[in-house]
Amino acid sequence: MLKYLIEKEFKQFFRNSFLPKLVIAYPFIVILIFPIVANFDVSSLNISIVDNDKSSYSSRMIRKIESSGYFRITDVSSTHKEALKSIELNEADVILEIPTHFEADLIREQEAQVMISSNTVNGMKGGFAGAYLNAIITDFNSQIRGEILQFDVGKQVPSMEIVPLYKFNPHLTYLVYMIPAIMVMILSLVCGFLPAINIVSEKESGTIEQMNVTPVGKIQFILAKLIPYWVVGFVVLSISFLASWVFYNFLPVGSFVTLFLFTFIFVLAISGFGLVISNYASTIQQAIFMIFFFVITFIFMSGLYTPVASMPDWAQLVSNISPLKYIINAFRQIYLKGSGFTDLIMPFLALAGLAVFFNGWAVLSYSKKT
Amino acid sequence: MNQFLAFVRKEFYHIFRDTWTMIILLVLPVVMLILFGFMMTTEVKNTRFAIYDPSRDVATQGIVNKISMSDYFIFSGYLDSPDQIEDVFRKDKIGLVVVFSERFYENMMHTGDAQVQLIADGSDPNTAATLTMYASSLIASYQQDMMGEVKIPYQIKPEIKFLYNPTLKGSYNFVPGVMGMILMLICAMMTSVSIAREKELGTMEVLLVSPMKPVQIIISKVVPYFVLSIINLATILLLSVYVLGMPIVGSLSLLILISVIYILVALSLGLLISSVAKKQMIALLISAMVLILPVLMLSGMMFPLENMPWTLQVLAHVVPTKWYIIAVKKVMLQGLGFSYIYQELIILSSMAVVLIVLSIKRFKYRLE
Repeated sequence: MLKYLIEKEFKQFFRNSFLPKLVIAYPFIVILIFPIVANFDVSSLNISIVDNDKSSYSSRMIRKIESSGYFRITDVSSTHKEALKSIELNEADVILEIPTHFEADLIREQEAQVMISSNTVNGMKGGFAGAYLNAIITDFNSQIRGEILQFDVGKQVPSMEIVPLYKFNPHLTYLVYMIPAIMVMILSLVCGFLPAINIVSEKESGTIEQMNVTPVGKIQFILAKLIPYWVVGFVVLSISFLASWVFYNFLPVGSFVTLFLFTFIFVLAISGFGLVISNYASTIQQAIFMIFFFVITFIFMSGLYTPVASMPDWAQLVSNISPLKYIINAFRQIYLKGSGFTDLIMPFLALAGLAVFFNGWAVLSYSKKT
Repeated sequence: MNQFLAFVRKEFYHIFRDTWTMIILLVLPVVMLILFGFMMTTEVKNTRFAIYDPSRDVATQGIVNKISMSDYFIFSGYLDSPDQIEDVFRKDKIGLVVVFSERFYENMMHTGDAQVQLIADGSDPNTAATLTMYASSLIASYQQDMMGEVKIPYQIKPEIKFLYNPTLKGSYNFVPGVMGMILMLICAMMTSVSIAREKELGTMEVLLVSPMKPVQIIISKVVPYFVLSIINLATILLLSVYVLGMPIVGSLSLLILISVIYILVALSLGLLISSVAKKQMIALLISAMVLILPVLMLSGMMFPLENMPWTLQVLAHVVPTKWYIIAVKKVMLQGLGFSYIYQELIILSSMAVVLIVLSIKRFKYRLE
């Protein structure tokens, strides 16, 4: 009997002119565009410089900033006010102001100041701008000091070299970090939304009555609803793998088997959750609003955009119920670090627990009485 | 006019009758704003770090203490050999490994080739860059302490000032984006069902035989949702100020003006979707699943637009959320006046007009 029920679900799915197109096109488009867009790199910062000194040191410092590769000098303003205007117009991200007598102070007083003002409406970008500029100036400083001290031997300064190294992603490209997570996002949008409107749309069109008078049991009913989305999930994921390979030549360090194993459990969990919502909602509108709310919340809590570790403690606690958190973490580990199944046993168990919980709930909340 | 009011009243009945939907519509934005406002931060804190230290002398001990004492890092332990580094990263327990060279203190004082390696987990690029930045500045400040009273000669002292957001709160950047996202999606989803539902249930026929003109039918559909959206806007603004601690530096009336225009754009976009889609399900899938993509990706809400290739930057011009977020940041955080945001106001207003005209044109007053 389950076989015929599943056949019915597939027929309903293919009769709809919109759904099959959505399932095929959605992953393609998202994988093509999203990773290009999701570029947090702060590599080209615009700087406005106010050089009141116009000495050889100040112009050497400006050249040093220009050649660092992080900054693009948009204008050399004559007053602080003018420079501030370019920040207000969003033409500059940071201002460097070199006071008059900068060179003279540095040589005579052994100390000189410069002022950095950075636009921190975007806190991360502004913070980076300030820190990069600070690092370049410090570097310039020790260069200058070396030159001066050559004539002034005897003052030994303890020194060390600090070398940053990045494992797994030496050039810190953002793309490879985002693609695995985006695959999961597509999966949860497709396999969360579609089940959520499934049962409720049978309620609205009245066909659920016919279902209720048949001898089909609760478990069979939910299984028949679940299995098609499981197949859809695999199609979506395979398209995502293919697209990221074709467009970005991006393949996992770890194995596809582990990736599919995680997907297997994850789709069950998220589709089960969709079915729970579908059982409780009485109109399609309610169902969409609810699943929209939960899927978006799951996505934001999962560490897709902002690391889970930076969230406040209560939010980290709440994020434990987001199935996306476990699978996004697992996908990233497998894709980038090549972690094996044994490294990821804990998130796998957590996902399996959630899958059992949501589907159990879906079976219990489905009632043949209206 | 009376006819029109009667139609508006009918639309209100549709909403009030369905208590659950109404509750969802009003509570959803509140919950989302609070969740996102608190969760969306990129601040890094309490990262666990490990040490590989073959020297074990005064200097390395001092540096380890310095790093452990900061809020950013928690000391997790010493590694016995460099081979373990790969392994601890793969288990995902540690964000940073600090590796010292041999005979560190001696080299630091005399030869000057003491080396500290900061190895970060680059699979999360931004966190990795931030962590190494924090750790280097901690080490630099240790170096500073070591010098004691000895004054470093010929020093340039940069004085850093953070404009508009002195404590570098992540919420300053995210809240305007979340406001734009919530208003756009909720408004579009609400209206997109309205016409499609009448088509699906067959009540459209009744509306079409009435003496009302299509324009009036459409406008009467927008009015109740407009009222709901204004309530949502009020709660969102109150929450951002009193719960999330966002400032409103500029003028409140200007902020409300731009938000009202933006709401009109979102509502008319929903109407357009509604008049194109034949079924509620399709209307909702378009306004939720499809619309969310440009709003998330091309609005500048999370991903800086200036980093994108020019084709996408051009595409982003048609995303209303982009203009709204720019304007909100200018008014709320930078306190700029009307002359700075008239461009965004004009663009959003013309979008609203175009969308309303389009949906009236697309509205078929004959049944097929």
